[in-house]
Amino acid sequence: MFETLFSDPTVQFIAFSTVKILVVFGVVMTFVAYAVLVERKVSAFIQDRVGPNRTAPPFVMKIPVIGPFLVRCGIFQPMADGLKFILKEDFTPDYVRKVYFWLAPAIAVIPAFLTLAVIPFGSQLSAGPGAQKMVIADLNVGILYTFGIVSLGVYGIVLAGWSSNSKYPFLGGIRSSAQMISYELAMGMSVVAVFLVVGDLNLGKIVRFQAEHGWMILYQPVAFLLFLVSAFAETNRLPFDMPESESELVGGYHTEYSSMKFALFFLGEYANMIASSAMMVTLFLGGWSLPFLGEPAGSLWGGLLHLGIFVAKMLVMLVVFIWVRWMLPRFRYDQLMDLGWRRFIPLALANIVVTALVLALVDGWGKGT
Amino acid sequence: MTKVVDRKPLSFYERTYVPALWEGLKVTARHFKRSVQGHNTAKELGEGYYPEVPWRVSEGYRGAPYLVRDQDGHTKCVSCQLCEFVCPPKAIRITPPGPDGPPADRPNAEKMPREFEINMLRCIFCGLCQEVCPEEAIFLEDHYSLTGLTREEMVFDKERLLKLGGVHAGTQKWKNKLEEAAAQESFPVATH
Ligand code: SF4
Ligand code: SF4
Repeated sequence: MFETLFSDPTVQFIAFSTVKILVVFGVVMTFVAYAVLVERKVSAFIQDRVGPNRTAPPFVMKIPVIGPFLVRCGIFQPMADGLKFILKEDFTPDYVRKVYFWLAPAIAVIPAFLTLAVIPFGSQLSAGPGAQKMVIADLNVGILYTFGIVSLGVYGIVLAGWSSNSKYPFLGGIRSSAQMISYELAMGMSVVAVFLVVGDLNLGKIVRFQAEHGWMILYQPVAFLLFLVSAFAETNRLPFDMPESESELVGGYHTEYSSMKFALFFLGEYANMIASSAMMVTLFLGGWSLPFLGEPAGSLWGGLLHLGIFVAKMLVMLVVFIWVRWMLPRFRYDQLMDLGWRRFIPLALANIVVTALVLALVDGWGKGT
Repeated sequence: MTKVVDRKPLSFYERTYVPALWEGLKVTARHFKRSVQGHNTAKELGEGYYPEVPWRVSEGYRGAPYLVRDQDGHTKCVSCQLCEFVCPPKAIRITPPGPDGPPADRPNAEKMPREFEINMLRCIFCGLCQEVCPEEAIFLEDHYSLTGLTREEMVFDKERLLKLGGVHAGTQKWKNKLEEAAAQESFPVATH
């Protein structure tokens, strides 16, 4: 019975997709939790502090050597944090616009996860025609989908700012809309150059191209830089955390939120970071490939190795995100807009033109004119 | 004399923000490395971490306000209610003895409070009560960690405030006054 059911390609597709979705979701959620821990530890170390080093379930301290070490690393802190968020009082102020107030956290967090659908995490887990690609949705318009979804993320923040019906969140919301729109342009234009080089929008094919010809960062360093900086702006990370800016806007758009609703914004921010890191790795840093490991995997172990490479690269990018946060002060709002509109967009446009010219020349050369 | 600070215009390279970024990364990386290698400020100062090793309170710290007794163990407060009046968040509530209340337990005082309550949840540790008190009866001491399980528990009453405050023999207003008075008896006044 199962045999016949599973030979049906539709059923197979659904089954594999479900598994992939569940695994990716689970892994990303874990990453989010531990990214917060890494953030706290790294910030502590940079500021000569020790960071979370106390949380311990009752039995752990009994384990010799390893137990205290794990506790010192703060391994159990994310669990305690999660528990705390769930148990906290979920307070909805009286003066908010209720429907939107409840909707906003969800709108903020969903796009972050949706973008992960098109990221190719690895090549494949086995050889042959039946091999499953390690991507949830192998779209031909992958990157367009990503940009479409990512721009939805801003609505969560804007809605939160507006529906909170008080000053600070409102200012945060306004800032975020202006900032997101400006940097989305620069971001979108920076990747155009990448597509000019590769000639395809499918992210899987972009990774294949890089596996064969070398990483995109070598061809498009300017585009990479633009994308990196725009990614900071898009994920609301310092130095571009205008919508939040604790020191001037209390908490910006999430001032009025508490408990799990606040946690959702928090989660969204880190999920966004993970998605942007994954995107950067895919577009510029060769995805799952290494210079000497370019072939799609032929076996289970090869596939897992590719997965590992991808995750490792992603973690490096995450650490860069965190590192930069504890180094740079926040930009002033007008400097931010200035940087976006008067520096990045012209630079991105110039990059596109130059890339196109060079490609045309190389092409003309190849044809022997 | 004015000092003219020469502000050189930034070069193009400097204006790209790259050198500043690079320096910043170097500084933070250096501190990160130090911490990972096990250096930490608390250890180097020979101190420990807070719950195990209590924090060293420095001189003049403004902790919780408590009532103090004088060198003879008498209540110093005379229930003048100035502190109650000055307290910005209205954390202090004093019940005066009234016309037929108990007399003060020390000479030089007409009365003392029947009840004296400070709500530590309201108190902002501003020190105005200490400043205004004519009898030097209330001091902000070095307690910085006040915890309680209920709101009621955080309203400290007179007994508790006196117990926590202890004897404060440092400033002795009435003793000084007595000496001054004695000195005035023997004219001409001895000038210090
Ligand atoms: S320290 Fe300030 S707030 Fe606290 S009791 Fe005294 S006057 Fe009131
Ligand atoms: S503590 Fe000082 S200011 Fe307050 S009532 Fe007593 S004597 Fe007056």
